[in-house]
Amino acid sequence: MSFQSIWDIFINNWEVYLRGAYFALIIAVIGTIFGTLIGFFIGLMHTIPQRKKTVKTYILKVFNVLLTTYVEIFRGTPMMVQAMVVFYGLVSLDIEINRFLAACIVISLNTGAYMAEFVRGGIVSIDKGQFEAAQAIGMNHFKTMVHIVIPQVARNILPATGNQLVMNIKDSSVLSVISVVELFFTTNSIAGSTYRYFEAFFIACVLYFIMTFTVTRFLLLFEKKLDGPDSYKVELITGNKPKKEGV
Amino acid sequence: MSVVIDIKHLNKKFGDHEVLKDVNFQVNKGEVVTLIGSSGSGKSTLLRCINLLETPTAGEIIYNGENILDDKHDIEKYRTHLGMVFQQFNLFNNLNVLANCTVGQQKVLKRDKVAAEETAMKFLQLVGMAQYKNAKPRHLSGGQKQRVAIARALSMNPDVMLFDEPTSALDPEMVGEVLKVMRTLASEGNTMLIVTHEMEFAREVSDRIVFMDKGVIVEEGHPDVVLLNPQHERTKEFLKRTLK
Ligand SMILES: Nc1ncnc2c1ncn2[C@@H]1O[C@H](COP(=O)(O)OP(=O)(O)OP(=O)(O)O)[C@@H](O)[C@H]1O
Ligand SMILES: [Mg+2]
Repeated sequence: MSFQSIWDIFINNWEVYLRGAYFALIIAVIGTIFGTLIGFFIGLMHTIPQRKKTVKTYILKVFNVLLTTYVEIFRGTPMMVQAMVVFYGLVSLDIEINRFLAACIVISLNTGAYMAEFVRGGIVSIDKGQFEAAQAIGMNHFKTMVHIVIPQVARNILPATGNQLVMNIKDSSVLSVISVVELFFTTNSIAGSTYRYFEAFFIACVLYFIMTFTVTRFLLLFEKKLDGPDSYKVELITGNKPKKEGV
Repeated sequence: MSVVIDIKHLNKKFGDHEVLKDVNFQVNKGEVVTLIGSSGSGKSTLLRCINLLETPTAGEIIYNGENILDDKHDIEKYRTHLGMVFQQFNLFNNLNVLANCTVGQQKVLKRDKVAAEETAMKFLQLVGMAQYKNAKPRHLSGGQKQRVAIARALSMNPDVMLFDEPTSALDPEMVGEVLKVMRTLASEGNTMLIVTHEMEFAREVSDRIVFMDKGVIVEEGHPDVVLLNPQHERTKEFLKRTLK
């Protein structure tokens, strides 16, 4: 075991490693995007006001119970087991499914279950006054959500979303149980063929860390940029006409 | 004089608690009406019932001759005719000053961007906030926020402006700038219904003052009559407490 032997293994297998890292990242990104969308969908369904007792609100209630059941199940079981159940479940039903696609579906459903709670919390934490102000200028619930609430919730849960992306990069490794060619899976085969377990996995470790570290920094920068400057420019108005922006 | 809002036998209960009891009153076009009364007397509730942020338990709200409590009435459309200014400003935190004033025009009234911005800038100039059009709410002081909130409401070109204690959440040195804007609005012939504890201001701008106590309208009339020569014992007590 030496630095040289680690380097040799990397040089001999770098294409396979990068391919594995690439797929780990892709699966994590896809899982985070679709998971966040699922989270928003559930969070929005759970916060639709149900003032009148109509058939529609009854259907909504039943639907929300189903969504809650999904959230509880996916939060309460390991993703490794979920992957096995989904993939082999589909196989036993004679449904041909690509392993990569199955991995993406499992990680998205898993992320969605976690994001749902963040989104719901984000929506209820927007002060009631902004909802009332939106109502008072004639916005309905849908418009209020689209133009006022969702943009603020998206911003407020950005740290949680970023955290989830980092978790997904790491947790994509458990999807190797359904033989998806991501970083853990490729590392395992390199280790198996070279009998150099420490070296092979040490390289994987470094690659995982580079990915999570880069993503974390990038997200922090992105958050800063979204918030804009701490101060603002006061527009000098000469005459009565408003000045064109950006001139 | 034409009646814009006519309230008939309005009643509001929160559970068993009867907050408004058979309230009857009218707001005429171009009139400035001020609601006064002690804390908990139901002033905010009345204002919030008028634009249906609270659903009245019983009674009628007639707007331009139509009862808006009818099931078939388009509540969202009705609300665009009323401009509401809240004690806590309630600006949209994700939008800058200009967008706060255009979002309703564009998304509800379906005005195009140019027209919406022109209208918004007109009212931002009126309240003295035009040069802050790119600022986010978090960059503004309370008085500035409230002036933007007033411009936002005016930008919808409402028939009636409702103010619920617009200066109560402000530091004393910022009260003046908001009252100044409201004086201008009053002098321009806007129809206004104001809840305030600023008695001097109320006397100056109001055409009529309505005194409420425990959910009922005790007396109403010209400011000089209600404030200087009240007829009812409860009004006298209230004024003695507030004007000392
Ligand atoms: N959502 C609510 N649920 C239950 N009770 C309420 C609600 N809103 C108001 N009330 C009660 O209704 C009564 C009247 O309240 P309201 O806010 O209208 O008074 P107000 O005259 O505006 O007082 P203030 O001068 O303090 O603003 C109070 O007793 C209050 O506790
Ligand atoms: Mg009040």
